[in-house]
Amino acid sequence: MLPTPSTSHVCFDRVYEPAEDSFLLLDTISAASETAFLHNRFSQASSSTPPLILEVGVGSGVVLAFVAGNARNILGRNDALTLGTDINRFACQAASETVHKATKDHGPSVFLDIVNGDLASSIREQSVDVFIFNPPYVPAKLPDFSHHDNYNAVPTGHKSTSFEQDSYLLELSYAGGEEGMVVTNRMLGQLPRILNCVRGVAYLLLCAQNKPEEVKQRIRNWGTGWMAETVGRSGKTAGWEKLHIVRIWKEPSP
Amino acid sequence: MKLLTLNFLTCAIKTCKSSPASFPLHPRDAELEVVEADLNLAFLKNILPRLMWDELRVIASELGLPALPETPPSKADLSIPSPTAPAPATTLQLDPEAIDAPENPPVVESDVEEETPSQTAVDLHRILLETCITEGKLVCGNCGHEYAVKEGVANFLLPGHLV
Repeated sequence: MLPTPSTSHVCFDRVYEPAEDSFLLLDTISAASETAFLHNRFSQASSSTPPLILEVGVGSGVVLAFVAGNARNILGRNDALTLGTDINRFACQAASETVHKATKDHGPSVFLDIVNGDLASSIREQSVDVFIFNPPYVPAKLPDFSHHDNYNAVPTGHKSTSFEQDSYLLELSYAGGEEGMVVTNRMLGQLPRILNCVRGVAYLLLCAQNKPEEVKQRIRNWGTGWMAETVGRSGKTAGWEKLHIVRIWKEPSP
Repeated sequence: MKLLTLNFLTCAIKTCKSSPASFPLHPRDAELEVVEADLNLAFLKNILPRLMWDELRVIASELGLPALPETPPSKADLSIPSPTAPAPATTLQLDPEAIDAPENPPVVESDVEEETPSQTAVDLHRILLETCITEGKLVCGNCGHEYAVKEGVANFLLPGHLV
């Protein structure tokens, strides 16, 4: 068992609290089969340049901090770079502390920043080596973004956020629109641009209502070499959520 | 936000993606703070090929930092070869946890041995990972859009009409 990062400083009234989905990502990425795949791609022996790990929608930061703090076991090296984004500014600040805590005291990776943004829209093309996304996957109406600017900070003249504001910020973390796929589809549209076309690999969490088999087939249809396979799942026998972790990568052309 | 982060960011506006002028983003009215961090010599050596050096020089000069040399340092420039060098920083020691775990043998990293960072390494580390923008703006060289940095967090969210 690798250590799970501490999120005791995070206020879960307005930032998504680590739950079954987050822990399935941790378990999958640190499973022997995945670390073997990742070592093969990224260990010092296979490539000398440090990989950039990007997590979109970091929330509390527990997943990115886990990879950052256990990079030696997961990637086979001590110099990976970690970067995150979130649409919720409070999540950016919370996750920054989570990852910082997990990597200080000579951690096996180098933490950059968490930037406040829409998915990966501000990320330079071809720069991402390991991409992680636990999207808002619940089939539920998307929140009304028109108040985002006001809701994304403590209101002027107030000491803390309002109840409406907190509800909105939490909705952002789970509501995924029709079939729970509206936000994920936008992210998949950006992925080939930001993912390194040689060694890039992405981990995407889906639930059964997202129709994972159809999603994987759509990714394979992106073009020659694109691969998408389920590498982790939960809820087969118990639990109401049936979750998949899909690995997306590109095989070199023959 | 750290200056190395700017090596991986670009303008969020779709129509700017194809323009080379959208990278790097240019700091304006920036307040800087130095936040000390452990120096990871192996990291500094390995990151050199990923650094967009000319763009980094532009950013450093725009921030009023001491000018960076025209060409990036080499790996050899980053450590002191002298055998009489003092004991290495603790950051360079192997992770004892990994040594104890038999199923995960420690990765052999030849350049993690007894090496002392040179002044060049210390300076590079200072620029990339210790110099942080706390307040200010990041400006796209193509469209001129300004992204605010507040309390160290850069905001790349766009108003509806620009998405």
